[in-house]
Amino acid sequence: MKNASPAASPVSAPPLRLPRIALARWLTGWRLAAFLVSLVTLVPLVVVLSSFLYPQSEVWNHLAEHVLPDILLNTLWLSLGVAFGTGVLGVTLAWLTAVCEFPGRRFFAWALMLPLAMPAYVTAFVAIGLLDFTGPLQTLLREWFGSSAWFPRIRSRGGVILVMSLALYPYVYLLARNAFMTQGRRALEAGQSLGLSRRMGFVRIALPMARPWIVAGIMLVLMETLADFGTVAIFNYDTFTTAIYKAWFGLFSLSTASQLASILVLIVFALVATEQRWRGARRYQGSGRSQATTYRLKPALGWTVSLLLGLFFCATFAIPLTQLVVWSASVFAEEFDARYPMFIWHSVLLSAIAAVLVVVAGLILSYALRVYRDWPTRFFARLSTLGYAVPGTVLAVGIFIPVAWLDNRLLAWLPQLGGSGGSVLKGTLTVMLLAYVARFLAPGFNAIDSAMQRITRSQEEAARGMGLYGWRLLAQVHVPLLRGGLLTAALMVFVDVMKEMPITLMTRPFGWDTLAVRVFEMTSEGQWELAALPAVVLVLVGLLPVMLLTRQSGQ
Amino acid sequence: MKFLSALLVTSVAALGFASTASADEVVVYSARIEQLIKPMFDAYTKQTGTTIKFVTDKEGPLLEKLKAEGANTPADMLITVDAGNLWQAAHEGLLRPVQSTVLNANIPAHLRDPGNQWFGLSVRARTIFFNKKNVKPEDLSTYEDLASPKWKNRLCLRTSKKVYNQSLVAMMIEEHGEAKTEQIVKGWVNNLATDVFSDDTKMLEAVGAGQCDVGIANTYYYGRLMEKKPDQPIGIFWANQKTGGVHVNVSGAGVTKHAKNPAGAQKLIEWLASEQAQNLYTDAGMEFPVNPKVKPDPVLVGWGSFKPNLINVSKAGELQATAVKLMDRAGYK
Repeated sequence: MKNASPAASPVSAPPLRLPRIALARWLTGWRLAAFLVSLVTLVPLVVVLSSFLYPQSEVWNHLAEHVLPDILLNTLWLSLGVAFGTGVLGVTLAWLTAVCEFPGRRFFAWALMLPLAMPAYVTAFVAIGLLDFTGPLQTLLREWFGSSAWFPRIRSRGGVILVMSLALYPYVYLLARNAFMTQGRRALEAGQSLGLSRRMGFVRIALPMARPWIVAGIMLVLMETLADFGTVAIFNYDTFTTAIYKAWFGLFSLSTASQLASILVLIVFALVATEQRWRGARRYQGSGRSQATTYRLKPALGWTVSLLLGLFFCATFAIPLTQLVVWSASVFAEEFDARYPMFIWHSVLLSAIAAVLVVVAGLILSYALRVYRDWPTRFFARLSTLGYAVPGTVLAVGIFIPVAWLDNRLLAWLPQLGGSGGSVLKGTLTVMLLAYVARFLAPGFNAIDSAMQRITRSQEEAARGMGLYGWRLLAQVHVPLLRGGLLTAALMVFVDVMKEMPITLMTRPFGWDTLAVRVFEMTSEGQWELAALPAVVLVLVGLLPVMLLTRQSGQ
Repeated sequence: MKFLSALLVTSVAALGFASTASADEVVVYSARIEQLIKPMFDAYTKQTGTTIKFVTDKEGPLLEKLKAEGANTPADMLITVDAGNLWQAAHEGLLRPVQSTVLNANIPAHLRDPGNQWFGLSVRARTIFFNKKNVKPEDLSTYEDLASPKWKNRLCLRTSKKVYNQSLVAMMIEEHGEAKTEQIVKGWVNNLATDVFSDDTKMLEAVGAGQCDVGIANTYYYGRLMEKKPDQPIGIFWANQKTGGVHVNVSGAGVTKHAKNPAGAQKLIEWLASEQAQNLYTDAGMEFPVNPKVKPDPVLVGWGSFKPNLINVSKAGELQATAVKLMDRAGYK
C-alpha cells in the first residue's frame, strides 16, 4: 500500500475553515462504520493505557532491577524463535499441500489445520507430561540405560519455542495456503517456461507473491505469543506477561500491570505499523483457482514427504489427542455429567455468534480501508486489531471496568432499570460478545484484508460501470470474491473463542459455563487428567468448522 | 428441534436481560472451583430452601470485578483460597466486618481476620515431602534447614509465582525478619536439583521419581497423588515441630461490603463452619477442617498429628508483596 496522500482518496481533504462541518462531512458512511467498530477495542485499550495516570515508582524500581532484564530477553528470544518456527513450518507445509502432488496430499491438506483446535496450553501440558523427567519416555529410558541425563530438557527455552511453534503454525499455514492456492499458477507456469527451476520458481515468484499473507500469519502468531500466559506458565518460562501478572497478583498493583501491558501494546503497534510499510505498494491479482497441481513429486520423494508429514501430524495432533483421550477415559465416570450438552451448546453458540460479528466487523474495516486511504482511517483500523496482543485477563478487566461504570451511571439515573439485581448491561451476553470482538478482531481482519488486497481495481471499476455502488457493490462483487478469506476468518475466530478463558470467566452471566470454563475449573488445581475430558470435547467440537472450511475451500 | 428452539429462546433472552435477585437467594463469587463448592451449596439449598447463585473465576479478576461493580454488585459473599487473597479483599475495602459468636466459637483465632472481615473454612498445611529411598525422616527438621549445604542438588520447589509459596515466605519474614529469610531463600535456590515446577503435583512426582530428594508442597496435592498412584516412594514430614510449627493456610469466605443479602451470606458462612458441614467442605478437597470439634478425613488422620504455626494467617497478606520482592532478589523464579 503506498503512502496515499489525501488527494488520492475519493473524498478530497476537508477545508480547514469549517472544522466542525467538515468533520461531520468527513465522518460518514464507511468511515463512521469503521470508527464505530474500532471503538469496541479502543475503549478497553484506553482504560488500560490510562493506568499511566497512576505511577507507582516503588514497584517499577523493583521490577526494573530484578525482573525486567531477564524477561525482556526471554520475550525477545521466544518471539524470534516462534516467528521463525511457525514461518518455516507454515510456509513449507502450505507449499507442499497447495502445489505439490504426493501420496496423501488431500488428507494432509486439511489434517494439518487440526492443531488449530488444540489450545496451546493443552499441547504444552501434554508435551511436558510425556517428555519431562517423570514422563513415560524418560522413565523407560532410565529403566533401559540406568540414566536419562543426556535427554534434552523439555522445560527450557528451546522446549517452549518448539511447543509454541507446533501449536501456532496453523495460523501461518492457513493464510499462506490460501495465497498459494489462489495465486497465479500461470505465473509459476510462465516462470517454468522461461527456464526457472522449481526452486527458483518458489523463491523468485511464489514467495514474494505470498509475502503479505505469510507476514499477516506471522503477525498473528507474534500477537498470540506476546499475549500468552497459559503456555509459558506451564513451562515456568518468564515473559512480559509473567511480569504483568506478577505486578498484579503478587505485588497488588493493577496499575503497574496495566502500564506493562500498555508497553506491550505499543510494541505490537510498532510491529503492525512496520509490517504495513514493509508490505510496499504491490497490487496482487489472483488468477482464480486451478484444480491441477503444478509439481508432481517423484515417487521416492513423494513417499518421503508423506512419511515426514505423517510423523509431524502425529507429534502435533494425534499423540496429544490420544493422551487426552486416555486421560478422559480414566475420569469419564466422575467428570461427565448431564450438563455437558449444555457446555457444548454454550461454547458453540458463543463462538458462532462471535465469529459472525468479527467477520462483519473485519469486513467493514477492510472495506473502509479500501475506499478511504487517509491516515486517520488507517490508524483506527490498525488500532482496533491490537486487542489480540493484550494478555486476556488484562483486556477482560479493561472491558469490565467501563461496562460496570456505565451500569452504575445508568442505575443512578434510572434505578428502575436494574430491578434488584443491580445491573443493566453487565452479566449479559452482549457484553461478553463485544469483548470477544475486541479480542479477536485481529485474526478476522487479517484474513479478510489479505483477501481484499487481491481484488483488482479493474474488477471494481467494471462493477461500477454496471451501476453497482456502496452496499450492493460490496455484497455482489467483493463478498463472493472474498469467500475464502471470510471463511478462514470465521474459522480462526470460532476456534479462538472456543479456547478463550479469561474473558469468558469474567464476563459470563450466571450459569453460562462453557467447555473452556470447565477446563479452567480442573486446571486451576493442577488436575490435568480431569481437565482432559472438557479439553477433548473442546478439540472435537473445534474440528467441525475445520472440516467445514476444508469442504468449502475445495482441495 | 423443540429442545433447540427452547434453548435458543432462553439464550436470546440472556442477551438482553440481566437476571434479578430474589429475596431468599445468596450470590457467591468464588475462586474455589465448582466441584468443591457445588455439593455443599446443593446440600444447603435442600436443607434451608435458600437458593445459591455462584460464579467462579481466578481471585484477581474477581476482586477487580467487585471493585468495578461498587455498590451495584450482585455478590453477597466471596470465597477464595489463601489468606493472602482474603487479606487483599479486606484491604481493598471489598468486605464488611461480621460479628458472629458462632464463627468466633467455631474458628480458631489465628485462622480468621482480626478485623472479622473474613473467616477460614478449611486448613491446608504446606510441609516437607521426601523420597523414601534416599532420605531418612530423621535427616529432616525444618524449612530453614533445606537451605543448608547437605541438600545441595537435592531440593525441588514449585515456582515463587504461586501464592502458596509467597505466603510461606511471608510467614517466615514475620518469624525471622527479611535479612535472614532472604539468606534462607537464597540457600534453597542454591540447592535446587532442577528448574522450579509450575505445580505441586509435578514437583511431588519428581520427588517420587528420584529427580530430587525433598520438596515443599500442600498436603492435599500429596493426598490426591497417592490416591491415584499409591506405590510412589514419597513420605510426608511435618516440618518445624520443635520450632514454630507447620506452615498452615486457609481457604475462606467473607461477606461483601455491598451485599444485598448480608444476613443470608452470614448464615451460609456459619453453616459452612458448622460441625455438620465441615466434612462436606473439606473432605472433597482433602483439606483439614477449621473447626476443632470436627475430625478430618481418615486418610488425613493417617498422616499423623502435627503442631501448626499459630501466627495469624492474615500476615500472609500483609507481607505478600514484601515476600515476592524478596524472592525476586534471591533469584527464586
